[in-house]
Amino acid sequence: MAAATDDLLIEARGLTKRFGEFEAVRGIDLAVHRGELFGFLGPNGAGKSSTMRMIAAVSPVSGGTLRIFGLDPRTHGPHIRGRLGVVPQLDTLDQELSVEENLRIYGRYFDLPRAECRRRTAELLEFARLSDRAGSVVDTLSGGMKRRLSIARSLINRPELLLLDEPTTGLDPQARHLLWDRLYRLKQEGVTQVLTTHYMDEAEQLCDRLVVIDEGRIVAEGSPRQLITQYSTREVLELRFPARDGSASTAELADQLGGVGSRQEALADRVLIYADDGEHALGEVHRRQLRPDSALVRRATLEDVFLQLTGRSLVD
Amino acid sequence: MTSGAARAAAVQFALYRRLLASSVIVSLLEPLLYLLGLGVGVGALVDRHPGSQVALGGLTYLAYVAPGLLVSTAMTLGALDSLWPVRGGLKWNRTYHAQVATPLDAGDIVGGHALFMTGRALISVGSVAVVLAFVDDTRTWGLIPAVAVAALVSLAFAMPCMAYAAATESETSFPAIQRFVIIPLFLFGGAFYPIGQLPVLVQWMARTFPLWHGVVVARAFTADHVEALATVAHLGYVAAWIVVGWLLARRSLHARLHQ
Ligand SMILES: Nc1ncnc2c1ncn2[C@@H]1O[C@H](COP(=O)(O)OP(=O)(O)OP(=O)(O)O)[C@@H](O)[C@H]1O
Ligand SMILES: [Mg+2]
Repeated sequence: MAAATDDLLIEARGLTKRFGEFEAVRGIDLAVHRGELFGFLGPNGAGKSSTMRMIAAVSPVSGGTLRIFGLDPRTHGPHIRGRLGVVPQLDTLDQELSVEENLRIYGRYFDLPRAECRRRTAELLEFARLSDRAGSVVDTLSGGMKRRLSIARSLINRPELLLLDEPTTGLDPQARHLLWDRLYRLKQEGVTQVLTTHYMDEAEQLCDRLVVIDEGRIVAEGSPRQLITQYSTREVLELRFPARDGSASTAELADQLGGVGSRQEALADRVLIYADDGEHALGEVHRRQLRPDSALVRRATLEDVFLQLTGRSLVD
Repeated sequence: MTSGAARAAAVQFALYRRLLASSVIVSLLEPLLYLLGLGVGVGALVDRHPGSQVALGGLTYLAYVAPGLLVSTAMTLGALDSLWPVRGGLKWNRTYHAQVATPLDAGDIVGGHALFMTGRALISVGSVAVVLAFVDDTRTWGLIPAVAVAALVSLAFAMPCMAYAAATESETSFPAIQRFVIIPLFLFGGAFYPIGQLPVLVQWMARTFPLWHGVVVARAFTADHVEALATVAHLGYVAAWIVVGWLLARRSLHARLHQ
């Protein structure tokens, strides 16, 4: 029994966050266990960062209960924060100091001895592939390097739990893959991670388990595969039709496609057909004398899950 | 184990180390220019005036102005370095947000800032004092306690300014504080002449702020006219500004960082 509770790093019940009248987080329940890589997937303003800041023991809880490492953040804030690593949505690096100084000074915040700070700094520079930029002033780094430095810095205290708020937003694909690789390595080393993202590929690649969050509420929970199986079909057929004056709107086209696949969805610029066999569905489209400009069969993603759950696209 | 304040100050000291040389030169230059321009220039006129020795408590004008400049330089440093840089810690480089994500809290940040401002005032004002020690009129052991008093006055402005910078939403009022509080105090706060020369209302305004109290005490040290009771009363008043400012700064910073 003791082992089971030791294993529960985050536990939330009916967790809420209010800013004045506005309720940003509206009663969410969570349980994150040691070793998991857990994700929050949601659109802008869903309440991801607000939740993360409560978990980080920085933002006070407005309602419900929250336990981190079994402790109440209200009474054990500094202790909890000492065991956490935090990568905030907006970088908080010291722009005018060098890469190496940023790491060393951050270690001092955790009261690590100077020699230990230096040792870990060298290690983390290696980990973040920034050793050759150790002396550079942060201001002169690229966005991807800064993000890597933020992650490296959050590891200086060897955290048991790492909180990453949109770690890869704004990065090019190469930089994202490098970061994913680093997060995966940390997972293999046993570091529990909670991340937020609005990239479904990121959530699918990295997360063992995730919650889809919308307007402050959890609307679905499970592994990426479970969610896709539960809320979508195996494949999705994407159709784009020529846009000409007087041509049918996507909504009208979706109507004409009634019965093709298991469900049709009209977006602004295309029609999606949910089907377990996309090619078969495309044959049916052609039999109905409809001539799309382009047709693409792809695997269903979390984006489709989100669309199904909220009727809205995740990234606009 | 190192105190939270010292750990929080690590970042400011690291930045300062980068700028130390230029910073010390700049903070030396300004008071020395005033000392030359006023102490020597105006001083030549003042000292020729028959009644001046009495009005200035038996001092030459240069010896009279020197401690005033030490303390008012410290005031300007303390105030200005606690407005924009504090706003920066919250808004621009967000250092304070990084710090409260660690075991440090708002109290440590305020303590760290106080520690840094004390160190900075001691270095800047101390280097002016070293120059003064080479001048016949101003050479005295009293410069040492005068520098300490200047550091206290620096804090007495730094803490309330930090509280203000953390409490307000925008920094548009910062230049007004500089123009309508700091510069008038510099001119009317007793650094250049006894405030008894001024209209009574202005005298009371000067007495409200900690600058004049610090100037009086620093001057008593350099002129070797220390009266224990008055010194304690003046320094107690300066200390009250520090303590109240400290508490307010901690409260507004906490509210800002833990929304
Ligand atoms: N300090 C604050 N004061 C007032 N409202 C806030 C504050 N912080 C967040 N909010 C509001 O709470 C809601 C949720 O914000 P939050 O930052 O948690 O969203 P998010 O899911 O992280 O969004 P994004 O993907 O854009 O980062 C938003 O409507 C936001 O405007
Ligand atoms: Mg966010």
